[in-house]
Amino acid sequence: MATFGVIVFPGSNCDHDAYHAMKHIMNSDVKFLWHKDMDLSGIDFLIVPGGFSYGDYLRSGAIARFSPIMQEVVKFAEKGGPVLGICNGFQILLEAGLIPGAMMHNQQLRFVCKNVFIRCETTDSLFTSTLKKGQVFDIPVSHGEGNYHINQSGLKSLQDNNQILFRYSDSEGNLTKQANFNGSIDHIAGITNSGRNVLGMMPHPERAMEKLLGSNDGKHIFDSILNSLSVV
Amino acid sequence: MYKAKVNVTLRPSILDPKGKAAHHALHNLGLNNVKQVRIGKFIELDVEADSKDAANEIVEAACTKLLANEVMEDYEIVFED
Repeated sequence: MATFGVIVFPGSNCDHDAYHAMKHIMNSDVKFLWHKDMDLSGIDFLIVPGGFSYGDYLRSGAIARFSPIMQEVVKFAEKGGPVLGICNGFQILLEAGLIPGAMMHNQQLRFVCKNVFIRCETTDSLFTSTLKKGQVFDIPVSHGEGNYHINQSGLKSLQDNNQILFRYSDSEGNLTKQANFNGSIDHIAGITNSGRNVLGMMPHPERAMEKLLGSNDGKHIFDSILNSLSVV
Repeated sequence: MYKAKVNVTLRPSILDPKGKAAHHALHNLGLNNVKQVRIGKFIELDVEADSKDAANEIVEAACTKLLANEVMEDYEIVFED
């Protein structure tokens, strides 16, 4: 069975949500990894969780990116190891250069904490292989800096290589202006690297695991991940 | 010891929502002659080095590796004499 590792930085606050989701809902093995650890042995899948690592000083993720464990995360990812960065985790992966682009303040300058809809854009990734293209998920967001930016040539390469896995949409899957609440370029909610083994996403699937708590749509994404890991 | 002042600014092509909000507030104050506001960061570094060139090299490295994100930001280094 695959073992998940959840990285804990000073200021992470979704680490326990991710642990709970993997351990108690997905019934997987999961370990916390302190940011000063350098040992990833026995870990099959890394989760870089949300939060406010280092108080978001300088830029979100900019300091965490130099934590000792991040060198190992980069090596792990470069060898093809699967990595999921959620929210602040996405910001850290961007700063680390594992995924192209950068995050700016939300267009309307407000921190947004609510459930939104995201649309699956491709099933060609280990994170989305069991989803349906165009399928819409009800997943919470909770961020102030989620306005994804990349230059035009970078965007074109993301589009041409099918690296956009999720876009903000309405409940019917339409890409309305209103659905793109933070102003992200091309409605981008989640993208993968060119190797397709690293996913960064602003929405929190680990917070959408139980119907009792509003939505369990996040489970579909983790089902897809577990399915992909068991096939490998 | 060299004192470096670093200005980090959003690239001109990038929309600056904080600057826009401040611009709007300045207009509310009646300062309508203000035509644009861009907000950046100002960082001071005290650098120990044998020469200004060596100090500049260190500050350059600090800027490219950490202080600025060149995807969306530019930086400018000024040394205090």
